[in-house]
Amino acid sequence: MHYLQVVLVGVPMTLYITVLAFLIGAVLGIPLALGRRSSWAPVRALSRLVIDILRGIPPIVWLFIIFFGIGTDVIRLDPFQASVLGFGLIAAGYLAEIYRGGLLAVHRGQFESAAALGMSRSTVMIRIVGPQAVRVSLPSAATYAIGLLKDSSVAATIGATEIVFRATAESRATGAGLAPFVVAAVVYIVLGTPLAWLSRVADARMRARVAR
Amino acid sequence: MNDPLLDAWGSWLPRLLDGLWLSVQVAGASLILGIPLGLVLALLVSSTRTGVRVPAILLVEIGRGTPALVTLQIVYFGLPSSGLTVGSFTAAVVALALTTGAYTSEILRAGLQAVPHGEIEAASALAMSHRDTLRFIVIPQGVRIAIPALMGFAILIFQATSLAFTIALPELLSQAFSIGSNTFRYLDVLVLAGLLYLIITVPSGWLTSWTERRMARHL
Repeated sequence: MHYLQVVLVGVPMTLYITVLAFLIGAVLGIPLALGRRSSWAPVRALSRLVIDILRGIPPIVWLFIIFFGIGTDVIRLDPFQASVLGFGLIAAGYLAEIYRGGLLAVHRGQFESAAALGMSRSTVMIRIVGPQAVRVSLPSAATYAIGLLKDSSVAATIGATEIVFRATAESRATGAGLAPFVVAAVVYIVLGTPLAWLSRVADARMRARVAR
Repeated sequence: MNDPLLDAWGSWLPRLLDGLWLSVQVAGASLILGIPLGLVLALLVSSTRTGVRVPAILLVEIGRGTPALVTLQIVYFGLPSSGLTVGSFTAAVVALALTTGAYTSEILRAGLQAVPHGEIEAASALAMSHRDTLRFIVIPQGVRIAIPALMGFAILIFQATSLAFTIALPELLSQAFSIGSNTFRYLDVLVLAGLLYLIITVPSGWLTSWTERRMARHL
């Protein structure tokens, strides 16, 4: 019980990092996804390069580059800011690909009929295709959010006081190697379960509102 | 080479390449042990017997719900307290193999389910036993269907080897960090380490999508 109390203290930090990073990624992912579909080849290539770099470097390496590299040489960042920034950028890369998949899944006829009604390209995207693409992307985005929740544990390595940080500190202080980490695992599973359930419900609802 | 950054990169490269090689070894060993484990779990989860299926599902959900970093800490710091001391290489491989087993079981289960039902009916019409149907019909085709997804997962496991930094395994990130703390040029050395990760992950990503497209042709 004692371990549970100690580990639970880290839960808000884990949730802050996960939620803020997801929001940053959800916003930054949009221009990246649209860039991947640009009619201008250099924009397409650049977007793809950025996405590949964001997704191709392990999260812990990103955090180290931001915290130890940029954080000591260029601007001072605390562990929390560095984690949110790092995971936000990584999430942008993954969510851009998820959005792209969503856009591909929207039926061609939706583009064509909107254009036939005289809508501009941006109106088609904002009013017709975008909302449907978001609905299609939702289950993958939710799966990614659950993954992000678990990945955020890596923030412990740069000293963000989240779940694993608390477990590690407790393990060092008491010499108990197993119990604090098992408790941490249980907490992650408990946190992830409602998210998984929510995504299933939301998916079923949204799916009903997409033209096939 | 007069550029100070390139000079520094040149002098650090041998150590970082040693680290990269160790990362590749950890990833390879984890996948070799983890994917068969995933196949066994996938078959157990697909079992018709509740007594087999429920514990298997529980195991998979625990394995997928726990962050790889936590699994790693449990194996490295937790097992010694039950009398089993493991080195950091073994701990990294065991932890990542367990994670691989849990995740790939879901990938492989989807693959096994994608084998057309007519194949199983045809096998039973030929009086094949359940075991032979699995062995000769379902598993070979199901695993083949799962290959692109397994390749995508392999890239993630390669990235996850960087978590072994926390248990002092001298893989790529550990090497880069130790150079950083000696020279105080964290940004320069970490960027080089990042590039070395990209050299593996980006072409592997291309190979994965190429395989995906190629296999889609035959379905």
